[in-house]
Amino acid sequence: MHKVKSVTAMAVLLGAGLALGACTTESTTKDVMKHPYKEVWSGYSTATPETRAMQDDDFANPYMPYVDAAAELWDTPAGEAKKSCADCHGAPDDAKGGSMGIPMKGVGAKYPAYDPESHGPINVELRIQKCQTDHQKAKPFKYESDELLGMTGLVVMQSRGMKRETKAAEQSDPLYPAWLQGKAFYYQRRGQLDLACKHCHEDNAAILVRAELLSQGQSNGFPTYRLKWQKPGSLHRRFRGCNNNIRSEPYAYGSDEYLALETYLAWRGRGLPIEGPSVRK
Amino acid sequence: MKHKKIISAVVGAAVAGTIGFGAHANEMVKYEVVDGTIPQSLTGVAGDVANGKKVAINRKKGNCLACHTMPIPEEQFHGLTGPSLEGVAERMNEAELRMRLVDPKVVAYDTMMPSFYRTGQHRVLKDFEGKTILEAQEIEDVIAYLRTLK
Repeated sequence: MHKVKSVTAMAVLLGAGLALGACTTESTTKDVMKHPYKEVWSGYSTATPETRAMQDDDFANPYMPYVDAAAELWDTPAGEAKKSCADCHGAPDDAKGGSMGIPMKGVGAKYPAYDPESHGPINVELRIQKCQTDHQKAKPFKYESDELLGMTGLVVMQSRGMKRETKAAEQSDPLYPAWLQGKAFYYQRRGQLDLACKHCHEDNAAILVRAELLSQGQSNGFPTYRLKWQKPGSLHRRFRGCNNNIRSEPYAYGSDEYLALETYLAWRGRGLPIEGPSVRK
Repeated sequence: MKHKKIISAVVGAAVAGTIGFGAHANEMVKYEVVDGTIPQSLTGVAGDVANGKKVAINRKKGNCLACHTMPIPEEQFHGLTGPSLEGVAERMNEAELRMRLVDPKVVAYDTMMPSFYRTGQHRVLKDFEGKTILEAQEIEDVIAYLRTLK
């Protein structure tokens, strides 16, 4: 069971102009980063033994063929610059990070990061695309393409077992505005069913909705191979599915709204070990 | 303290101007909230218990079983996020039930329960824009069914 005790108790949260009361049972002094959960847990802890076994064994994990294909692309020169990923970063698991000294280990645990060009968060998918455009002078893989899912999986898995970390909730952090935006998104009702993320994943996590056990909606397993999709998928695909389920217009892959939500969710799941590419039902 | 609130009828063009719905918006029945209840039937037509039960079960309609346990043993897996509806007729009268189906946020602002007879939610999917989850008569049918749960 991936269970991690959080530092603090439930906080009184203000989101989207709605005052949402929750009880403060315990308080810490200095920090503005009060945790919304008493205990943080990964979807892994409520997955079936069969699903967990698939995730635990890379030979059984159906995401891995996509990662293997990406590992070949990693070594293949591409674009006008005729550079491969390996030319700058070395092998994906090179602790020194190749000639540029930028290792992939840790990326999955620290992203979304701040992108000075967009003045906002950038996730692993968009960072790979940016590398392709800027350094390879190549046409980037499309969001949610097999190639980008594979490459995202390859990068994220270098951080497996590392704990999710973020400082986005600190006012001095450049991701703070995105964190605030993501928080407002999380607490805003939307769609014909008029639900905010928090109604399922905060108020009712670990409670049954028909035969489904509601999760905390954590992102530490992404990208994931979802058995329902019979395919790997990104976090933004999951956001879109969630929005559709409550009959709400989804946002685009890589949109500012979803990047902000991704930034905020990373904070809600800080301390959880990175599992990507995971397997979920 | 008695407070009354009139929710005006929202009809096609008028709605399009005020809250941005398309011209195909449903015509909604006018109703009056009295002390957190809706005493008057939305349609004036008595509810159909059998249809109310069907609407309650239907996953694309009431989908009540998603969140509530109900005395419907033939359906598996009842949700647990809301209170059990067994014996609900002993706890709530028709006017109270109507309020909770039409727009429960009036009496429980933070509830997870959808408003089954309301429009104007944030970023509604195009196909559902300007439409209520249930029709007015379906609301009355579900109330009639719930009133049998004693």
